[in-house]
Amino acid sequence: MPELIVYGIVLGSIIALGSVGLTLIWSITDLFNCAHGDQITAGAYFALLAGSLFSQLGFLQGKVGPFSFNWGVLLGFVPAILLSAGLAILIDRWVYRPLRRWGATSIVGFIASIGVAWVLRGLIYIIWGADFHFYSTGLRPMLFLPLGIKLRTDEIFIIVVAWAAVALVYLFLKRTKMGKALRALADNPPLARVAGIDTERMIVWAWAIAGTLIAIAGVLYGIETQLRPEMGWIFLLPLFAAIILGGQGSITGALAGGLVMGIAQQVSTAWLVPSYKPAVAFIIMILVLLFRPQGIFGRRRT
Amino acid sequence: MGMELAGILRFLASFAIMASIYAIFSMGLNVHWGYTGLLNYGIAGFFAVGAYASALITTPMPTGVLADYVDQAIGLNQPFLVGVLGAAIAAGLVAALVGLLTLRLREGYLAISTIGIAETIRLFFNNEPWLANGPEGLIGLPRPLHGLVAPRYYNYIYLVIVLAFLGIIYVAVERGIRSPWGRVLRAIREDEVMASADGKNVFMFKLQSLILGAMIMGIAGALYAHYSAAIQPGVFTPLFGTFIIWTMLTLGGTGNNRGAILGAFLVWALWSWSTFFISKVVPSGFQTRAPFIRYVLIGLVLVIVLLRRPRGIMGEERQVSRF
Repeated sequence: MPELIVYGIVLGSIIALGSVGLTLIWSITDLFNCAHGDQITAGAYFALLAGSLFSQLGFLQGKVGPFSFNWGVLLGFVPAILLSAGLAILIDRWVYRPLRRWGATSIVGFIASIGVAWVLRGLIYIIWGADFHFYSTGLRPMLFLPLGIKLRTDEIFIIVVAWAAVALVYLFLKRTKMGKALRALADNPPLARVAGIDTERMIVWAWAIAGTLIAIAGVLYGIETQLRPEMGWIFLLPLFAAIILGGQGSITGALAGGLVMGIAQQVSTAWLVPSYKPAVAFIIMILVLLFRPQGIFGRRRT
Repeated sequence: MGMELAGILRFLASFAIMASIYAIFSMGLNVHWGYTGLLNYGIAGFFAVGAYASALITTPMPTGVLADYVDQAIGLNQPFLVGVLGAAIAAGLVAALVGLLTLRLREGYLAISTIGIAETIRLFFNNEPWLANGPEGLIGLPRPLHGLVAPRYYNYIYLVIVLAFLGIIYVAVERGIRSPWGRVLRAIREDEVMASADGKNVFMFKLQSLILGAMIMGIAGALYAHYSAAIQPGVFTPLFGTFIIWTMLTLGGTGNNRGAILGAFLVWALWSWSTFFISKVVPSGFQTRAPFIRYVLIGLVLVIVLLRRPRGIMGEERQVSRF
């Protein structure tokens, strides 16, 4: 059981990264982005591409410290983040911004995001194929902790990076001027516009931040398991469940919600077949929606 | 030459059967989304319930050697039409349960919840082998009026059966939507608050719409199951069970039953015929990845229609009440 909780924290940290980006976009553009999961997949494959380019050039092949992946993958975070943020901004420019322009309801954007999800997944299948890919082959170093917990060194890396990224976004939103503008826009769009905030520019920044978190989540999930074209799609339910649990627009709520979803899914495997995990996420979400629609950690919005 | 023509006709018949089944799904979604504004993202779930219900009603319990390999909870060995009726009832019951839980939620939440319900239903059939043989699914579903003609002509018989269902459902939905009841649904879609201010019980009307649309989807699921004569949980994935149908309705024209049918035929033609062309065009080393070009096509059709022609090809029909 303690082992399952620790694995839950690993999974939950990755879910939290994804759901912080999702809740940011939701509160700023009023869009439930169904392509979020497939954008995570794309982020993971961007790092794979970068890593293999580096190793074809013949450098950065050494393993990083005690971890299973090499320097190429670690450096691959940078191009993965840039490509993922660029992709998110482009999708917004081509799809969601025209919809906002002619005043389509957020539901139309929601339906369109499903189309975006299929295009992305189709492209990933075409470019990389349906087979599993791995960032690294060979041994995955293991740590033996008290209480019989076996933890891979990679998993400590995952937790540290995920939490650091969420903390940075939190500080950015709380402390910087742009963060303040973003929060104002999320809180009350007409008032933000009256106050002179350039909403379209802020939305571009929101997608850039979300794209960054998406890429980090994708690469971390790729390090934890393996890369496959459906890896992000299966995240979609836990991501939505996490932000509903956390309350709309709340960063700390999304973080807590993500951890709860990760732990609940892993601990459920003590009684249920592991393939029931998405159903566990979903049932928790339904219960929250029925009994506490403002989220466990959220406050009721007026 | 004569043989070639017969081959083309058989191909067209099998195409028309699948397109008509999808057209029925698309009309079911039109009841939900087109007329009532309910975001059902879990069509695959009602599809699965209908297909499995009819399979369990029409097949006999496995006996002899087969019993060692096939587990199913019930096997009633009833005729095809009883199976279809059972499929409609089962899907309607599931919809009633789903509606009681989720219809009071905001529209976006309803969509997410229905995705979850469909996934849970699929996982349940997959992980509970006692119910309907788990991942292997059920085979040997009876095909109605089988034996009337030589097997290679059977598709023509089945096409007539499917078209009959399509026609009956089309007339029924058209009549329903032009009735005072249908007017209330459209009023709810346009402005829920106004509809309830007019004294309409919005929740009850939404529930009825959800159940009716789901029953239509259940029938379509049964028609699919008896056509393919074998079902596994793997069939009921979000792509084939849900989003291709959304693309069909959006392309044809949301709020228009003829649009729903047109969209189903167009998108199914794009899907099934593009395989043929893609396999001719792409290099041989790329053949395993080529089918995924269709994912991109379906997604692009959905996005481009929403951006360029949000009302679809036909647009919503002007409704003039006959009552």
